[in-house]
Amino acid sequence: MTLYLMCFALFLVGVYGLLTKRDLIKIILSLAIMGYAVNLFLILFAYKKDAIFPILLKNVAQSSMVDPLPQALVLTSIVIELGTTALLVALAIRLVQKYKTFDITKIRRLFG
Amino acid sequence: MPVETWLTFILGFMILGSIVALEIRDILSSIVAIGVVGLGVSIAFLFLQAPDLAIVQFLFEIFALIILVRAFVKKDYHIETPARVNGFMVAISLLVLIAIFVSSISVFKLLPPFGQPLFETASHYVNYGTEETGAVNLVASIILDYRAYDTLGEVTVLFTAILGTITILRIRKGKDAGRKGA
Repeated sequence: MTLYLMCFALFLVGVYGLLTKRDLIKIILSLAIMGYAVNLFLILFAYKKDAIFPILLKNVAQSSMVDPLPQALVLTSIVIELGTTALLVALAIRLVQKYKTFDITKIRRLFG
Repeated sequence: MPVETWLTFILGFMILGSIVALEIRDILSSIVAIGVVGLGVSIAFLFLQAPDLAIVQFLFEIFALIILVRAFVKKDYHIETPARVNGFMVAISLLVLIAIFVSSISVFKLLPPFGQPLFETASHYVNYGTEETGAVNLVASIILDYRAYDTLGEVTVLFTAILGTITILRIRKGKDAGRKGA
């Protein structure tokens, strides 16, 4: 349970950054931290004591494997996170080019 | 040492690293600190017996670092301005987050303890996966056979994200260049 709580604390650090930081890059980094915490939590949930990775070996019983289902889904999630990060970075680049600042409180006027 | 001790150490290190990444002024140091956190996730996946995920996380980290450094670190890269920190707002959000953390403890007590997963749907995959799909790696048998439609959706999302990135970053020169030529 300590591990679950620490993972949740990592997620809350990300939320804290998202709420209080004003720099565009810091906001992207906080989103990345939240993503790490969620992925790690799902894999922590799948761990089985004294079990091995879910790849079939010759003389290993199938009952002593960790849960492969969350691993497959988290694999998907990690790849999607990369695409999302790239999209956020592209948006940030365009915003900085247009408004010449990284501070989100100064990005107010809407002009096209 | 048992796995729990290692993981506690790595998780503490990651929390520290992410606080450093958020609080430090220098943007390059901040990006490097986030890289350290991501590599910590990769090592944690190795301890949790997920080698496929460790490799993918490692690659993700390298790509994310390259994208971030290439995009934001130039010769005169900016340093976060020492903004007039609104202490009141920071204190309020910290208090709310601590309250959420404390009240979540009772929720985490309801989860099955670490090391004893539920293992309901997955037991079918583990027992019959190799006979039904022919894949030795059970993670591969799930993402490419049992949940192939999920993977198709993932590829669609990834394609859309990349399409959006290209659309945003494209420099619209085609029209003007054509006009000049004509």
